[in-house]
Amino acid sequence: MSQNPASTSQPAAADVPAVELIGITKRFPGVVANDDVSLAVRHGEVHCLLGENGAGKSTLMSILSGMLSPDAGRIRIDGREVRIDAPQRALELGIGMVYQHSMLIPALTVLENLMLGESRGLRLPIEEARRRFEELSATLGVQIEPRTVTADLALGQQQQVEIIKALWRGSRVLILDEPTSMLTPQGVADLQKVLVRLKESGVACIFITHKLHEALAIGDRVSILKQGRVAGTIDEQTMHTRSHHELQSMIVRMMFGDEARAVSGVAELEDETVGHRARHVPDAPPLLELDGVSARGEGHGTGIHGISLAIRPGEIVGIAGVDGNGQRELADAIAGQIGLTGGEIRFEGRAINRLSVAARQALGIRYITDDRLGEGIVPSLSVALNLVLKQIGREPFWRRGQIQMGAINRGARELVGRFDVRTPGVGARIGTLSGGNIQKVLLARDLASEPRVVIFHKPTQGLDIKTTRWVRQLIRTQAEAGVSTLVISTDLDEILELCDRVGVLFRGRLAGIVENGPDAARRIGELMIGGQAA
Amino acid sequence: MIDLADAATASPAKRIAPHRSRISRPLEVLIRSVGPVLLALIAGGILLLALGRNPISFYGDIYSGGILQSAWQDSVMRTAPLLLIASGLILIFRANIWNLGYDGQFLLAATVIAGIGPGLDLRLPTWLTLIVLFVVAAVVGGLWTLIPALLKARYGVNEIITTLMMSFIGISLANVLIKGPFQDFSRNTPQTPTLPLNAMLPSIPGTGTPNVPGTGVHIGILIALAVTLAVHYVLTRTSFGLKLQVLGANQRTAAHVGLNVPRLIITAFLLSGALVGLAAAVEILGIWGYVRADWNPAFGDAVIPFVFLARLNALAVIPFVAFYAVLSIGGDYATQNAGLPVDFLLVLVGLILLFMTITEYVGRRRDLGASYLTDGLREAVGRKQDV
Repeated sequence: MSQNPASTSQPAAADVPAVELIGITKRFPGVVANDDVSLAVRHGEVHCLLGENGAGKSTLMSILSGMLSPDAGRIRIDGREVRIDAPQRALELGIGMVYQHSMLIPALTVLENLMLGESRGLRLPIEEARRRFEELSATLGVQIEPRTVTADLALGQQQQVEIIKALWRGSRVLILDEPTSMLTPQGVADLQKVLVRLKESGVACIFITHKLHEALAIGDRVSILKQGRVAGTIDEQTMHTRSHHELQSMIVRMMFGDEARAVSGVAELEDETVGHRARHVPDAPPLLELDGVSARGEGHGTGIHGISLAIRPGEIVGIAGVDGNGQRELADAIAGQIGLTGGEIRFEGRAINRLSVAARQALGIRYITDDRLGEGIVPSLSVALNLVLKQIGREPFWRRGQIQMGAINRGARELVGRFDVRTPGVGARIGTLSGGNIQKVLLARDLASEPRVVIFHKPTQGLDIKTTRWVRQLIRTQAEAGVSTLVISTDLDEILELCDRVGVLFRGRLAGIVENGPDAARRIGELMIGGQAA
Repeated sequence: MIDLADAATASPAKRIAPHRSRISRPLEVLIRSVGPVLLALIAGGILLLALGRNPISFYGDIYSGGILQSAWQDSVMRTAPLLLIASGLILIFRANIWNLGYDGQFLLAATVIAGIGPGLDLRLPTWLTLIVLFVVAAVVGGLWTLIPALLKARYGVNEIITTLMMSFIGISLANVLIKGPFQDFSRNTPQTPTLPLNAMLPSIPGTGTPNVPGTGVHIGILIALAVTLAVHYVLTRTSFGLKLQVLGANQRTAAHVGLNVPRLIITAFLLSGALVGLAAAVEILGIWGYVRADWNPAFGDAVIPFVFLARLNALAVIPFVAFYAVLSIGGDYATQNAGLPVDFLLVLVGLILLFMTITEYVGRRRDLGASYLTDGLREAVGRKQDV
């Protein structure tokens, strides 16, 4: 049961892949998520699966891990055809999965989390588990004290525990679903080292990502998924013989075909993240100032403590940090959705602490929420009504208290055209639109009418690359027109691409503010894990 | 675990129009709305058979006791308070707030106007007395929601618990009033003084014996219909209606788009309670003229399933409520004839609820059109993904 991953290898012929997916097809109502996908992963290799959101990566991996069953197609493990009809079956076959978000129980220790799946007998095999843990952490080069309570570990360490957990029962195949999205740059580097060790011990890794530079840095082979199909695979030889730049343009062509030129310049496609050029921001008094702002968090949220920040007109300030370190509270506090427990927020030098959300909107403060479905829209209402939600009761959409659907629809059609929202009509329920188009509706609702200060919270999360580029361009254009902009994002690449200055949130405090530049990524990374401003 | 967002954000080219129901729209509505009622009647019939009664003659008795001869007049008059309660519930349910304290609101409003009515009638002209009593009933009904409303608006306290608690207190307080300050000691059983017949709601011209008060159909049904139409208008055409809908869909969204959530919650509660109070006024000023101790018609409990069958639509609820009025008026007679307790009618209502639940479940799996539940509630009940 609990051997070293390396020692379980059957004397399979070297050319028999560890995993082979053949002709996998999976349909959901209204969309074909996987369309005749074939893919092979060998022992001791990292196979990167690259594609945009919605390309079918997650669906494919859910099929391999037994969460979904395919409509058609076959799966072979070590050359033997298998049916994976339950997650339990996938585990038995030696397929381990590491999810994007931690699945560990925060209140338990590392060792307890690892023993959760064991159900033999009454007594917990603690000694056995500890030996197994040491064995695996030595293989992976990981240093974690197994008696630590999981919640006290950094996210990168938690992920290492997840990997150990996935290998616990001797997994030979490891699936990592967008593993870097929650990590600091240092965490990514550590993960890369772990992956090298895994390869050496003969584990087959599938690494899912939507970032091209990661795929090139980590993968031995790269397969590109596009609209549910495999658009192409770059084999080992090509990976070694071609230059970085050549590979990059090959992949971009596979991902976008003729549209390749339309998406150039997006951070996901650059081969490394660089701080952007210094932008000239006019030296004007700040439009929005936060002075020692504190607020309580919702439920287990950390809240924010003593945040001071000033944004000048035309400036783009970024807020980086691992999710859950006070980002939501910061945005809510500025928008007026939660009260302050201390400090002052000023707009044009005037305190606005006591103003309601609506009054702040009237001043020109806009908040584009990250929780688009849960906070931004009412899914059951039409696109047109969602566009006027922040103006309920106002002329010309309401007259003498009565709704004027004519005026609402006219206004909506104009905005839908201007912001390029793809919808069957303004009367369509907004809940039926794609994530990108919902985001465009939110942007249209908030940016159409003279914004002065805009808070963007994860503005491109879950969007395809074209929409991402469009949104970032819009943020830049707005800023150039003099809007003070705050971009809160967990995507460091995005922040480095857009912002002039970057603040880092750590446990509800502003750990420091860094001028964007060549060295910014490293300094931000240090601040993200609680270091001091360099 | 399954990344639905992944599938749902697929590029526009791959997207097919969101799948439509397999059956036509009118049929959908019919199955969803009338189906549970029919099934409940059939199941009730089987139950009657098992009890050794003849279901055909039982349902026949309901028809003759609820509609034939002048029975329809009673049914129409019963419809009035039921409809007002239904409007009050629809208004607040749309905001995804659950005012379940209707019994307390109803009885307190009824007791207060029955208590002060006769005294008021001596000093004021009849028409003014009636108007004052309607206003008082609405105010009392509304005020009785104030504590749950404030608790929810300020601290987010679950209103299901607080309204139920306040309902118990309200029912007991009504009894205290009847056996205390409002008691008419000329009667053997504790009750409030009785309004004179000519101080009660006038009849609709053409019903009952001309110029004899207390005969015919009182104008309560007209009031109820007018109020219901007004509620429907407010909910569908005004900014307040949309605000309630946004609040009902998601409180976070409501706060995000700048609505004053606490004020909306309190307003919805006050209006809902006021409508329940109006129902009490119609019932007392139209039918009884007094309130007896321990009287509790529990109209709200009976109305709730129909409010959902009508999918919180104030117009659609009218036929359902009228149906139930016939069932309850005719049911008095039918149960008596069959030698069953009146509570058998509640069994029928319970069966309707049961079949609604089944239809909701089957409907979700087989796509039988829209659900009975509001978005917010459906979200709360079943977070299960439909794929």
